[in-house]
Amino acid sequence: MSEKRLTVRAAAPARRRALPVAARLTLAGTIAATAVVCYLFLFIQGSFDFAFERRLTVIGTMAVVAFAHAVGTVVFQTITHNRILTPSIMGFDAVYILMQTLLVAFFGGGVLAVTDGMPKLLTQTLLMVCFTMLLFRWLFSGRSGSIHVMLLVGVVLGLAFRSVSDFLQRMLSPSEYDVLSTRLFGRLTSAEASYLPLAGAVCLIVGAVVWYRCHRLDALLLGRDAATNLGVDHKRELTVMLLMVSLLIAMSTALAGPMTFFGFVTAMLAYQMTGTHRHAAVLPMAFFIGVITLVGGQFILEHVFYASGMLTVVIEFLGGAVFLLHLLRKGTL
Amino acid sequence: MRRRLPLLLATLGVLALITVSLFVGSYDIDLWSLFTDPEARRMFFISRVPRTLALVLAAAAMAVSGVIMQMLVQNRFVEPTTTGTSEWAALGVLLLTLFAPAASPLVKMGAASAFAFAGAMVFLFVLGRIALKSQVIVPIVGIMLGALISSLTLYIASTYQLLQTLATWRSGGFSSVVRGTYEPLWVVGVIVIGLYLAADRFTIAGLGRDTATSLGLPYRRIMFIGLTMVALATGVTTVVVGFLPFLGLIIPNLVSMARGDDIRANLPWVVLSSVALMIACDLVGRTLVAPLEIPATVVLGAVGAVVFVAMILRQRKKAHV
Repeated sequence: MSEKRLTVRAAAPARRRALPVAARLTLAGTIAATAVVCYLFLFIQGSFDFAFERRLTVIGTMAVVAFAHAVGTVVFQTITHNRILTPSIMGFDAVYILMQTLLVAFFGGGVLAVTDGMPKLLTQTLLMVCFTMLLFRWLFSGRSGSIHVMLLVGVVLGLAFRSVSDFLQRMLSPSEYDVLSTRLFGRLTSAEASYLPLAGAVCLIVGAVVWYRCHRLDALLLGRDAATNLGVDHKRELTVMLLMVSLLIAMSTALAGPMTFFGFVTAMLAYQMTGTHRHAAVLPMAFFIGVITLVGGQFILEHVFYASGMLTVVIEFLGGAVFLLHLLRKGTL
Repeated sequence: MRRRLPLLLATLGVLALITVSLFVGSYDIDLWSLFTDPEARRMFFISRVPRTLALVLAAAAMAVSGVIMQMLVQNRFVEPTTTGTSEWAALGVLLLTLFAPAASPLVKMGAASAFAFAGAMVFLFVLGRIALKSQVIVPIVGIMLGALISSLTLYIASTYQLLQTLATWRSGGFSSVVRGTYEPLWVVGVIVIGLYLAADRFTIAGLGRDTATSLGLPYRRIMFIGLTMVALATGVTTVVVGFLPFLGLIIPNLVSMARGDDIRANLPWVVLSSVALMIACDLVGRTLVAPLEIPATVVLGAVGAVVFVAMILRQRKKAHV
């Protein structure tokens, strides 16, 4: 059974390779750009300047989120050697939710608005990155380190954080809770514009680092021994890459709230659309698909269904369903 | 007689804890006032006794569910909160709250149990379809399934402004347990006895489908009965006291580590130690920040996570993972 599957899958990209990779990338890029232009300029009612500025912020946020989840997930899947898990499984959401809940529980509902600003964004990101790096140093770098053990411990600690958050949330007054709950879900359309330059800069730097190390990532796909034979310092590469991934996801979570299954969808589609494993092709494709999903989805929701706030919920739920189907079809984690 | 002695001592220890639990609380009750003051006696039977009984029964329920699931799935890291079963129960309760807000607790428990059963079936189905490279993958799959269901639950709850209700109810706790709300937990007592009677069959089922079938065991029927028991226990417990994370995971494992894998011989130990842990958590939660209280479930979540991580690491050292 498994052999048959293997041959089928090996044959599939060859058949689809009618279009060269570069052309596919250009096509995806064009669709993404079209979606962005449509979202920016179509259906503007009232003041152009106001609407344009607001939409520009939304587009900026979406670009950052799409970049973070797309690149973060593809790299994470390469270093963990699986195509299903996404970095959010390591407990970023739980750390984020716990931080927000603690803030509101101790300082009241107003604190979220008052403390919004660069220092808070940086502190949140730093705490989340520290959490994953600690897990990593502790569980993976040892002699008997295993990526699965690291993930499981992250998940379990996440469950514990969630149970503490649940408890704190029930003690809040309903009005405080309302303020908090807007932070606990993805919120692409109400992110702070002032964060964007910093978030964009982080994305650019991480993007440059990852791009520069693209070929080493390709080598990592071959497994620890083969990569070492090819002259890649396996452990160092893993550390750097995990740091990049946690930086991206932490930044995106602090900016626009947690998303679990979005990265999985973009990475999966990117592999299918490029039909190759080379990171130089998969990474940009994943980013384009992320932009198309977010911007196009928002455009359709706003102008066809008149429901602007539900995008992340819809994506999460559809993504979760795709995740389940994919898990069943692929038959392994 | 000598073999029975440790068990007897453990039982005495748990009885002592139960006694402590009966006499700790904001309303001052001691042995003397219990006999002289009718008001104290009334409070005692309305609030203290039900609460302690609920603790005992819920603890037994989750521990026993853990034992059954670990045997049926043949994986040490499985229990209702790491397989998504509890999340399904939560979805069931939420849906019933929406569509039939006036439903009696018994109907709610039925719905929660039915959803828990469906969840356990889905989990087993998914598990049957994927190749397991490592023991540790099984709980990761379960937790991802749970995340999927809980994102649906969250979405529904947020649409109908029930989010905080959901948080309240998930972290449950025993503070609101009084006479008249905990009685359904007695179902769990029946389940524990049923498991004790069928324990040997579950032990054989735990050897795997082929072995069990060749030993003349109706494997599918045992599987079905086991899952029904788990679903009932999970559903009832979730409705009455909320999620009890990790209890069914750590206690059975610790007992097996100490005594081996004979379910029937372990069962009394499993029940006793989980009751002891549950009451201890509840006492800590009640006394630490008195007169407020931290729900026992939250204390359990924190303690359980630490013990669970320690267990994973211990197994890693043995290089089984």
